[in-house]
Amino acid sequence: MPDMKDEDIRIGVFICHCGSNIAGYLDMEELSEYAEKLPHVTLVQRNLYSCSEAGISEIKKGIMEHDLNRVIVASCTPRTHEPLFRSSCAEAGLNPFLFEMVNIRDQCSWVHMQEREDGTNKAKDQIRMGVAKAALLEPQEPIMSDVQIRALIIGGGISGMTAALSLANRGYEVVLVEKENKLGGMLNRVNKLGPTMTDASDLVDGKILEVTEHPHITLFTSAKVNAAQGFIGKYQIDIETESGIKKIDFGVILIATGASVYTPEGLYGYDGQRIITQLEMERLFKKGLDPGIKNIVMIQCVGSRNEDRPYCSRICCQTAVKNAILVKDQIPEAKVSILYRDMQMYGVENEEMFRDSRAKGIRYINYDPARPPEVESNHVRVYHALLGREMSLSADLVVLSTPLIAHEDATEISQILRVPIDENGFFLEGHVKLRPLDFATDGIFLCGSAHFPANIREAVAQGLGAASRASIPLSQGSVVVEPIISFLANEDACIACGLCVALCPYGALEIQKTAKGEKVHVIDVACKGCGCCAAACPQNALDINHFRDRQIFAAIEAGGAGAR
Amino acid sequence: MLDVGRHPNIELLAYSEVEKIEGQAADFRVTVRRKARYVEEDKCTGCGACAEKCPTDVPDAFNEGLGTRKAIYNYFAQGIPSTHTIDADYCRQLIGKKCGICEKTCQADAINFDQEDRIIQLDVGAIIVAAGYDVFDPSLIPEYRYKEISNVVTAIEFERLLSASGPTGGHLDRPSDRAVQAEIAELEKRAKKSQRALDKFEKKYEEGSGKFYENYKAGQYKDDEDYKKWADKYAGHLAIVETLNTLKRKAETFAVAKRLAFIQCVGSRDFRFYPFCSGYCCMHSIKEAIIAHEHEPETQSTIFGMDIRAVGKGFEEYKARGGNKSEISYMRGRVAEITEGSGNNPIVTYENTLERKVESQEFDMVILATACAPTKAVFELAKILGIELDKYNFVKTNPQSPVDTSVPGIFVCGCAGSPMDVPESVAQASSAAGRAAEMVFQSQPEKEKAVA
Ligand SMILES: Cc1cc2nc3c(=O)[nH]c(=O)nc-3n(C[C@H](O)[C@H](O)[C@H](O)COP(=O)(O)OP(=O)(O)OC[C@H]3O[C@@H](n4cnc5c(N)ncnc54)[C@H](O)[C@@H]3O)c2cc1C
Ligand SMILES: Cc1cc2nc3c(=O)[nH]c(=O)nc-3n(C[C@H](O)[C@H](O)[C@H](O)COP(=O)(O)OP(=O)(O)OC[C@H]3O[C@@H](n4cnc5c(N)ncnc54)[C@H](O)[C@@H]3O)c2cc1C
Ligand code: SF4
Ligand code: SF4
Ligand code: SF4
Ligand code: SF4
Repeated sequence: MPDMKDEDIRIGVFICHCGSNIAGYLDMEELSEYAEKLPHVTLVQRNLYSCSEAGISEIKKGIMEHDLNRVIVASCTPRTHEPLFRSSCAEAGLNPFLFEMVNIRDQCSWVHMQEREDGTNKAKDQIRMGVAKAALLEPQEPIMSDVQIRALIIGGGISGMTAALSLANRGYEVVLVEKENKLGGMLNRVNKLGPTMTDASDLVDGKILEVTEHPHITLFTSAKVNAAQGFIGKYQIDIETESGIKKIDFGVILIATGASVYTPEGLYGYDGQRIITQLEMERLFKKGLDPGIKNIVMIQCVGSRNEDRPYCSRICCQTAVKNAILVKDQIPEAKVSILYRDMQMYGVENEEMFRDSRAKGIRYINYDPARPPEVESNHVRVYHALLGREMSLSADLVVLSTPLIAHEDATEISQILRVPIDENGFFLEGHVKLRPLDFATDGIFLCGSAHFPANIREAVAQGLGAASRASIPLSQGSVVVEPIISFLANEDACIACGLCVALCPYGALEIQKTAKGEKVHVIDVACKGCGCCAAACPQNALDINHFRDRQIFAAIEAGGAGAR
Repeated sequence: MLDVGRHPNIELLAYSEVEKIEGQAADFRVTVRRKARYVEEDKCTGCGACAEKCPTDVPDAFNEGLGTRKAIYNYFAQGIPSTHTIDADYCRQLIGKKCGICEKTCQADAINFDQEDRIIQLDVGAIIVAAGYDVFDPSLIPEYRYKEISNVVTAIEFERLLSASGPTGGHLDRPSDRAVQAEIAELEKRAKKSQRALDKFEKKYEEGSGKFYENYKAGQYKDDEDYKKWADKYAGHLAIVETLNTLKRKAETFAVAKRLAFIQCVGSRDFRFYPFCSGYCCMHSIKEAIIAHEHEPETQSTIFGMDIRAVGKGFEEYKARGGNKSEISYMRGRVAEITEGSGNNPIVTYENTLERKVESQEFDMVILATACAPTKAVFELAKILGIELDKYNFVKTNPQSPVDTSVPGIFVCGCAGSPMDVPESVAQASSAAGRAAEMVFQSQPEKEKAVA
């Protein structure tokens, strides 16, 4: 927008006493006298509480009566109060981005309680900097973009199916893409489910029926996502199905692709016959366990918690205990020993199952990873770390508890959708504690073992949760983004080097052909205004709205000008 | 928290309790008691000027009683809403004495000593129980001598000591040392007071107290009430100063706690109390040991546990890194007893299961990883809501529908359902919100459904 003529800029400065929080420690009289002398300042007012109803109406009155076109409030902190003051400006007819906040409480009166003069001087500096920046502020309009009311769910295991049903039951259209020819995922291969010991097939078959019959769910099996473009609200996805490529638009995407079981080739004499994995044990159960089996030894942490795979796979201890109990239930005289490092039976139900298993006579032997067990022809030798002696256990069957590992094609999906994976190949959530089901990129969500090994309880909860997160943009029908984002301020300067595109953590930049050749283009709704791109651009072609270089430089210069 | 306070679709009723529920899924009527704060919510700006001036100190529940707050307070510094509340049990005005200082201080005119509890009715479609958990009270375990040995603390108390906004500003000052420091502060106050009294005498008789006292004791003054008072005051003063100096010399030797013992499964996996595993305590001990090491690089920690349950994403790696970089050692086994040695140092006696012998080790401080105990609040709520609890009094759910309670339309998330860490609680919160929305949508008439 064209720069405003200097003489037209009319700044109002409202200085808040915050009761006595500010006024008790700074010289308010001096501050307002000082502010009055600053360039462009038309009005200076002091409020007891700028944020109270009385304060707000004084600000509004000021804007209208003095024809202010910039407003500064010098008070507590923008962290809590900026939205309020911005909207108050808007109510008085002033573009909310022509508002600037100066922090004279948290940064002045509170930290300099004992230094009235220095604190007051610092507040003057900050007001002067705010005024300098405010003069260069530009009005901004919120960015709105429509949301395609349709969700894509990739992966039809228990978490993906749960998410699909949850969204479909709220009336949203869902497309579920499953790589295999059948829904159900890992549970198709599991016998009974701990801790309830119900049949896995009951759960899966019930869910599959619900999904296939749901009027709002379109299902593609033996299908995969080939290409993706776009951003929250407007994803264009190519789905490769048995009947050719389908191009469909989506508003949101959920990743529920699960994980694979590690096959321990070369470990403990694994042969898939007498020395098998827990997953193969599940199959044995389904076929019917040979009642002649009398001695079973299970070994935990096979291929996990080591240098190659440092993580604990969370669910293999539960699986081993479950299967040990099932063996005992079928062959009560069988001896079952579990060789473990730590029994990860966290929570209420797992610990209960663990206790039951001990009551049923399952033996637990702690081993030291530095002296791992050795599997011999029909024995397992182990150094019992707690008894301090070597022992030899008969074994008709050795079951290795191997971890869940990321699918081989997880990397491919992460590249297609431009979402990150962690060092173990699992998808990386937006924030480990606070955004466990979101990606940093808006509009894409994750759940189940694709995120990290999970049991049914957790996979179902996450499926419901991810669906719930995804329903927010769907129910709003549009996304509104604060316009503090990157923009190509100097198109001619951009040499399309792509540095910014590679750096942007949110996938908000792309190179486009234009009349002037290849140039970078900012996808407004995807940009979070972090400023990575603008800082990196060797040509200074990019700038961040509301934090433009010249605005910040003006503030810095004003700060320096007052150096005492 | 801030987002909750600001969200246009969230009405926050803090300092309130649910009293009654009628109706069924999609059509509940809830009776809520809004407890009197004695501060008008729509006037209070949360500036805190009142608390600054309030003369009444109260043990601070948020800091686990490790510090004090005022009778008018904000639960904690970043609390939302920031509306202040008067603690009617302590406020001088409300217990019938004279005060009203906050009323005079508050420039927003928000104080209202006549406020009463209000009962309100809400019509809601679905209900989510997120009432959390309680921290297990370790004084129930006699052999750990919590409360008897001052340097045995709970993990939550330890979190407050580690916190930069906590009572020690993040320094690991030992509770026994802090007690001495508090005594010193108290004695200093008394010494100042008696000094002022002495000053008066000195001015009156134009003589130094020391000299006077010598002469008085030597019998050089006639028997006079005033002289006697002076002499008594001075003797008392000397006694205070002497204790003060002894304590100060002692305090010079104080150092921050550097040898830390973390005891796992305190109240958990224990048939006397809760047989279940609380799930998050192994991780928070590792976290606290790592943070303590960051604060003070000489810190060495030992974590005593049966299994170290580091099952979340990145946890095992975190644990291994803690062992390598933060001088944490892991000791397998249950702790038999904690006793107190010299210098208020706790001594931990345990079975070293790897060496198969009973050993004792001295520490500067012991931290108890207390169980996630079902809260009474959930028990009471369950009665009001008519939802089933499990045998421990967590809200009962099924692994295949993890946030549905036994009553349609009522959902649960977080530790109210079972022990879990923050990421899992957050994920469940979304799940419960999603289920609530699904339920409300399903109960709409067909016509309205089509519009959505
Ligand atoms: C041996 C074993 C025993 C177990 N026993 C129990 C138990 O007793 N109790 C319990 O609670 N849990 C148990 N579990 C855990 C349980 O299997 C998981 O909780 C559950 O499978 C996780 O579901 P999910 O949907 O996240 O992943 P998955 O079940 O792995 O489903 C993922 C789906 O996504 C599909 N997919 C993958 N990549 C793509 C792609 N690129 N495009 C499209 N689709 C894709 C897969 O084909 C699959 O159908 C066990 C696990 C194992 C290995
Ligand atoms: C010492 C310690 C350290 C921890 N450290 C970590 C960590 O580093 N990382 C991690 O992931 N987890 C950690 N945890 C676990 C974490 O505290 C829990 O996972 C989390 O607090 C659970 O959240 P919640 O909302 O379920 O329950 P809570 O946090 O207990 O919240 C419940 C809320 O409900 C309110 N309430 C109760 N009853 C009622 C009622 N009747 N009416 C209205 N409101 C009511 C309570 O006042 C409270 O505000 C730690 C736990 C402890 C004890
Ligand atoms: S869950 Fe158990 S077997 Fe699996 S990696 Fe963790 S400790 Fe090892
Ligand atoms: S870094 Fe600068 S020059 Fe390079 S593509 Fe981005 S905007 Fe253009
Ligand atoms: S009651 Fe008054 S003085 Fe106290 S925080 Fe609220 S506005 Fe400030
Ligand atoms: S998480 Fe660790 S300390 Fe807590 S109960 Fe479970 S095993 Fe014990």
